[in-house]
Amino acid sequence: MHTSLLQRWLRHPWTLGVIGVSTVLVLWWLISSTGLVDKLFLPSPQAVLQAGQVQWSSGLLVKDAAASIQRVFIGFAMSAGLALPIGIAMGTNPVVCRLLEPLMGLIRYMPAPAFIPLLIIYFGLEELPKVLLIFIGTFFFNTLMIMDAVKFVPHELVETARTLGGRGLPILIRVVAPFIAPQVLDTYRINMASAWNLVIVAELVAATEGLGKRISLAQRFLRTDEIFLGLIVIGLIGLLIDLGFRFLMRRSCAWAN
Amino acid sequence: MHLQVSSVCKTFGHGAKAKLVLDRVSFDLHAGEFLALVGSSGSGKSTVMRLIAGLDRPSAGTITIDGQPVRGPGSDRGMVFQKYSLYPWLTAAQNVAFGMELQRRPRLEIRERTAYFLEVVGLADAARKLPRELSGGMQQRIAIARALAAEPRVLLLDEPFGALDIQIRESMQEFLHQLWRQTGLTALLITHDLEEALLLANRVHIMAPNPGRIVRSVDVDLDRSNMAHLRVSPGFLELREELAQSLRGLEPALSR
Ligand SMILES: Nc1ncnc2c1ncn2[C@@H]1O[C@H](COP(=O)(O)OP(=O)(O)OP(=O)(O)O)[C@@H](O)[C@H]1O
Ligand SMILES: [Mg+2]
Repeated sequence: MHTSLLQRWLRHPWTLGVIGVSTVLVLWWLISSTGLVDKLFLPSPQAVLQAGQVQWSSGLLVKDAAASIQRVFIGFAMSAGLALPIGIAMGTNPVVCRLLEPLMGLIRYMPAPAFIPLLIIYFGLEELPKVLLIFIGTFFFNTLMIMDAVKFVPHELVETARTLGGRGLPILIRVVAPFIAPQVLDTYRINMASAWNLVIVAELVAATEGLGKRISLAQRFLRTDEIFLGLIVIGLIGLLIDLGFRFLMRRSCAWAN
Repeated sequence: MHLQVSSVCKTFGHGAKAKLVLDRVSFDLHAGEFLALVGSSGSGKSTVMRLIAGLDRPSAGTITIDGQPVRGPGSDRGMVFQKYSLYPWLTAAQNVAFGMELQRRPRLEIRERTAYFLEVVGLADAARKLPRELSGGMQQRIAIARALAAEPRVLLLDEPFGALDIQIRESMQEFLHQLWRQTGLTALLITHDLEEALLLANRVHIMAPNPGRIVRSVDVDLDRSNMAHLRVSPGFLELREELAQSLRGLEPALSR
């Protein structure tokens, strides 16, 4: 009786994940409370929590998070919105594919952060270079992954539609689009992680606000508790976005699960 | 309806890699007939069907329907593939309605015809199910219903039961025969199963590979009122054995 309850509890999809996270939290708390490690290197959970409370009540935390999220959102929306038609065009039209694939394959391997100096020279220190960095860092991956999804649409599905009287655009809308929808969402979910990485990198280099900026300021004043806070907040927001995409996918593409 | 395939050749590839896959294939199909093409793998059966469907172009020869040359795919030639052809995100009913929606028929008509053809294939109860919730046989019946609902003048079936196990296959053969009798459809069936061809078709063309060509044609005039009976009747078995012999004769290397 007891074991079956335990087993059922263990089998819950979240149980083990929660155990993993809380183990790390408890270890962190234990180690920092023994005082074996210098506070400068390992702030206690309480200190981090307190830093969070301070930043929350001063409104700094919300302002930073909003600034970072906005940059990610604009840059990624541009990237996702442009990658969709171009990826589909490359996946359906061999000429477009042969024209663009080598170019994109090349640029894809140029590390996006290496574009930062260039972007600063071109566009200064305002919002535009940060947004563009996110765009550069995700657009080529988005496009090539969408192209692949399109190429894997079974041709029976397209040919059936053609023998039913369908052509061009209706087939694109009614066959290709629904078939690739789950992969497109998954592509966005995966590349969103890099967008989130890049915004922090951009802010570390130059910004007046943002979660990355807060971390680099904290470093200047040796405030490791604030660095920890920044990292945790960044991780949590990323996780939330990821879960959001998963939720969207489960909702809109139930057939694919 | 008169489908005419005359001296059709098909070559794939260019130059040194060119491969003749169909060599002067000719046959006719008239309204209400059930024709089968039988042949081993690689004899070009699917290629013939794709040419008729307009999904590919012949290298030589002509394909006409009522005198009009085939220029591309169209809803007058419905096609059923061996597998993977239902739209996995659409329910059975939505799959059946799909072709009619592409044809922009009135909504009411689509709904009525969808219900009717689901009934015809015996799957009215499965209307709201997704393809993955249906067995292989049910999926093929939906695919057939979808093709029929678009009102083709000829139904092209490329090994529609090839992926099904033997029992379901037999019941599907029965189903297809009843469907043909009920609806008076015109059908071209591709199969590598001689028994299937003889059970269902009025006329059977036997194809041989390298290059793909028709080597023998037989009219099949059997009493099909009881299929289970027919499968084991002496006349049927004799015809089947005789044709099987000639098929084997075509491929000495493969015969046992
Ligand atoms: N697009 C293509 N490009 C090159 N060769 C092709 C193409 N399609 C078919 N072939 C070749 O044509 C020949 C006939 O193929 P086809 O698919 O028509 O045979 P089949 O009789 O339908 O065989 P199966 O019973 O295996 O389905 C094969 O040798 C195949 O390799
Ligand atoms: Mg074939």
